[in-house]
Amino acid sequence: MSTSFVLNGKPTTLDADPNMPLLWAVREIAGLPGTKFGCGMALCGACTVHLDGQAIRSCVLQLSAVAGRQVTTIEGLHSAAAKAVQAAWIELQVPQCGYCQSGQVMSATALLEKNVAPTDADIDGAMSGNICRCATYARIRAAIHVAAQSIKESA
Amino acid sequence: MISDSPAPGQPTRRVFLKRAGGVSALALTIGFEWAGPARRAAAAMASSPGTVFAPNAFLRIAADDSVTVIAKHLEMGQGAYTGIATIVAEELDADWSRVRVESAPADAKRYGNLALGNIQGTGGSSAMANSWTQLREAGGKARAMLLSAAAKGWHVPVAELTVAKGVVYHAASKREATFGSLVKTAMSLPVPETVALKDPKDFKLIGRRPPRVDVAAKVDGSAQFTLDVVMPGMLVALLKRPSQFGATVKSFDATAAGAIPGVVKVVQVPRGVAVIAKSFWAAKQGRDVLRVEWDDTHAEKRSSADLMSEYRQLAEQPGMPARKEGDAAQAIRSAAHTVSASYEFPYLAHAPMEPLDAVVKLSADSCEIWAGDQFQTIDQANAAKIAGLDPQKVSIHTLFAGGSFGRRANPGSDYIVEAVSIAKAFGADGTPIKLQWTREDDIHGGLYRPMYFHKLTAGLSDKNELTGWKHVIVGQSIMAGTAFAAMIKDGIDATSVEGAATIAYAIPNIAVDLSTTQTGVPVLWWRVVGSSHTTFAVEAFIDEVAHAARADPFEFRRRLLEHEPRMKAVLELAAEKAGWSSVPLPHGKGRGIAVAEAFKTYVAQVAEVSVDASGRVKIDRVVCAVDCGTPINPDIITAQMEGGIGFGLGAVRYGAITLKDGRIEQSNFNNYRVLRMNEMPKVEVHIMPSTLPPTGVGEPGVAPVGPAVANAIFAASGKRIRVLPFANGGDA
Repeated sequence: MSTSFVLNGKPTTLDADPNMPLLWAVREIAGLPGTKFGCGMALCGACTVHLDGQAIRSCVLQLSAVAGRQVTTIEGLHSAAAKAVQAAWIELQVPQCGYCQSGQVMSATALLEKNVAPTDADIDGAMSGNICRCATYARIRAAIHVAAQSIKESA
Repeated sequence: MISDSPAPGQPTRRVFLKRAGGVSALALTIGFEWAGPARRAAAAMASSPGTVFAPNAFLRIAADDSVTVIAKHLEMGQGAYTGIATIVAEELDADWSRVRVESAPADAKRYGNLALGNIQGTGGSSAMANSWTQLREAGGKARAMLLSAAAKGWHVPVAELTVAKGVVYHAASKREATFGSLVKTAMSLPVPETVALKDPKDFKLIGRRPPRVDVAAKVDGSAQFTLDVVMPGMLVALLKRPSQFGATVKSFDATAAGAIPGVVKVVQVPRGVAVIAKSFWAAKQGRDVLRVEWDDTHAEKRSSADLMSEYRQLAEQPGMPARKEGDAAQAIRSAAHTVSASYEFPYLAHAPMEPLDAVVKLSADSCEIWAGDQFQTIDQANAAKIAGLDPQKVSIHTLFAGGSFGRRANPGSDYIVEAVSIAKAFGADGTPIKLQWTREDDIHGGLYRPMYFHKLTAGLSDKNELTGWKHVIVGQSIMAGTAFAAMIKDGIDATSVEGAATIAYAIPNIAVDLSTTQTGVPVLWWRVVGSSHTTFAVEAFIDEVAHAARADPFEFRRRLLEHEPRMKAVLELAAEKAGWSSVPLPHGKGRGIAVAEAFKTYVAQVAEVSVDASGRVKIDRVVCAVDCGTPINPDIITAQMEGGIGFGLGAVRYGAITLKDGRIEQSNFNNYRVLRMNEMPKVEVHIMPSTLPPTGVGEPGVAPVGPAVANAIFAASGKRIRVLPFANGGDA
């Protein structure tokens, strides 16, 4: 059975079990390994992707649920907000082991797409679903502020 | 102090990035190529004769000026690749933008950890300490050979040459040559026996903040972890394990599992029954319906509450002496006042973000392994044994590990052995098989930080001087029953008592006793090992003693550390930066202090907390001072302190693995909670300047944060935390 949707801007049809979580469909069938497996229960955020611009956990969303919709993974991030987030992540040297960081970047980008001047409370709200066992949280927070500032400066 | 501002003439990172043109340019400049065609090209270049200068096991310089540093240590987030490359590049005077890092093959002879004996492995916060002299010499000798090559070509004395950023200069004749152009000549020269190392004042990378070699690939999803390994024909295996440690397979019925589309084979292995499929999802569905009957004859069936009550009783009986100075019992008997408290610590899972995984390609005469491998030569030997091959026939490709915190360094190589046993049961036909653990497998999988019970008693004189200290520790040994058991001396596993037996305070009568228990629950070192519990017990208890002595907790510690200058200095620095004596806190807030030495690194922390009327605790701020000898990369040291603090906070607040009738009660991040963004305090890190040899920073930052917070909660609320995690209550 196949499911058609837009993956990273490209019309895509994946021939797979429609009950398969989107995470495994993008990783093992579409061949996009940037989205990670951390918990399988939407508890850690390592699998965060964008569905029609919203940050969602792909480990619990069935492939069939994205039919006809827009899915963006870390490999397809090209917006100004995304570039600002990734530049800030490098500037502040955020990652340690790096495994959760695709999900962190996806959540941070989704936040900044909607809120160009997030407060610390906004950041807590948007990012507390993304676990980092290396606890890079202080740098993630600082990097989101840096990215927000750079978006503002270039606007 | 190490200044946060750049050295004179050095651009800040931000400026550097802007000049380099942002993200994509940086990715190019760093040139860190891990996977894909780029990596294959690099490997091919390394093997094509005549173009690459490889004067030792740790670096290669190619004709295109690229410098490849070979890392014998695992990169699991702690910054080892960057640290290793920094040491080599410093003495080589390489251009940092042309330095890349490649992982070393398993080989104890060339790549052994000099701190751990004759094994290749990463642990004990030893990567920088054991590499320091070795890699400085490797870089320095290569530099000397490149200089000789230039001198030979230009017919000038070596003394007239200078080097900077990968280019050799002869000022008098205005000639210059890049490293790459000297490769051919350098290759024909002898490797010098000795080399003069740089004076630290001439360091250009060490002590600065060169960007990490792995960061660019870790922000765009291109960094390759074991999870991401894909090979033609590769299958994915999930293993069904018993729910009680020590249970074994009695029988299984694979009918339903075999009917799932994509499931290829179901095989029994020593640890359980594996479902091997064409995809993770098929293997997962197959495992969900796999029926296994277990033989629990030899299984551990006790509950952790039963174990803890046994431990409490054991603490009243004599143990083995881990340290004995003077007569602690007599000092306590004759004391004007005594103080006593006990502390309880649960089992803890490491829960790295990347669940354990390994890819194995096993055939009749060879075994290839891809993993975030932390104990390469131990894993190689264990894999060889299962495969029935010579260790030399087992090759290991070490990839980035998505965290470890000790989990991937285990003497029994559990996940590697499982993967090899599955490949063997499949037929050892060369099919690559990826063993993937789920988060539930990880939480249920054992190899926890052991559960411990600590009982402490102190005696104070009528002048409130600390005269006697008795500390009893009860819990499992990490090394017993493993290849490391030979390191247990006189019944004392040092990893059970480090931080307690090594207590630095000047106390005339000290007794530290250990009762080693045995359970069926497999245990392992967990970030900062013994000090993950001993530092809490010592630093929470010394705080109680200071309170009983009506002394300021900082001043009380300081007076007992006169003979420990490095420990005293970090304690004073943390107190000063936190405003311990100078900035009062409002009602409902409190400060706590703690200090530790772990793996020869000294760390002190001051925590500030708020406790509201209902007893809810918020950790507002942690000020950290660290002395790790020569700071190789202050930004990475800071990151490790920040991360260690967050990791430790999650554990003291929520972390507990509990057993009910031998079954683990937790399963995933909903009931094995870890720290999240909204709970991360502000962290300030201050690094002691030093020219002593470097020590490690991956683990020590974890040790003092728990007791600093517990002591702060007491200061704010009068409530002592004696049972961890404190979200479950606190008072013993």
